[in-house]
Amino acid sequence: MTMQHTGLELDGLAVGQVVAEKDYHFSRDTLVRYAGASGDFNPIHYRDDVAASVGLPGVLAHGMLTMGVAVQPVVEAVGDPGRVTDYQVRFTRPVVVDPQNGVDVSVMAKVGAILAEESSARIDLVVTVGGTTVLGKAQVRVLLR
Amino acid sequence: MTVNPAIQGREFPPVPPYLVGREKVREFARAVLATSPLHHDPDAARAAGYADVVAPPTFAVVIQEATLAQLLADPDAGIDFSRVVHGDQRFSFGRPIVAGDELTATLRVSSVKSLGGNSMVTAETTVTDHDGAHVVTAISTLVVRGDE
Repeated sequence: MTMQHTGLELDGLAVGQVVAEKDYHFSRDTLVRYAGASGDFNPIHYRDDVAASVGLPGVLAHGMLTMGVAVQPVVEAVGDPGRVTDYQVRFTRPVVVDPQNGVDVSVMAKVGAILAEESSARIDLVVTVGGTTVLGKAQVRVLLR
Repeated sequence: MTVNPAIQGREFPPVPPYLVGREKVREFARAVLATSPLHHDPDAARAAGYADVVAPPTFAVVIQEATLAQLLADPDAGIDFSRVVHGDQRFSFGRPIVAGDELTATLRVSSVKSLGGNSMVTAETTVTDHDGAHVVTAISTLVVRGDE
């Protein structure tokens, strides 16, 4: 499911309005690619035996991978990654990535606040796996025209 | 091993400058499934007013990482890495990171708190460019689980 409104503008935005919705699929390949690109080689993100030995339910996605992907629907809606001026998340639940089936991560982005005097909006992200939220207080501040 | 509360307020020396490469920006963008042409195409980035390709917002973690490694390696801090869970993360930008930037990062421990046997360490990394101008502040809260 993809729904994009490109070239988001401050005029006409309303609190609660959904500005983007997108689903992503993470496979083990996604994790290995992120490990290489980011330099985070913690083996709990690619080795089942290590994940099991520290009591995890399976290999986990890097929290920073989930954070990095979750902002993308907002970047696409705004059209310019340089307009993200602040981005924060809380890692509330691990994302387990099945070796065969991977995992689907859903992102819904809606307007949390309009900051007209700063030509900005706060976009709140709802990031879920199988209907369960995996990030808390996921907020993106974007500069809009 | 327990976290030393006296590290609150401590500032570490800056880590060696990080030169942001165009291919690294592209590689990181692919890894976070970022599709904007501004990450990949220098002409598109220039047309949008940037000197070169623009890094995805969370690319700043690559710069921040060396400073967190400094904190975790400090025996005086008393942080057992095997007990660390990433609690939350924030990036506050002065401007976006673009390829060609030479960035210097400095970590300061802004707070150490105890909560139900765990420690919460908040580390604030300030990233500046070649001219000393602020680029981004990366803030991580690390939850260090107490001895069981």
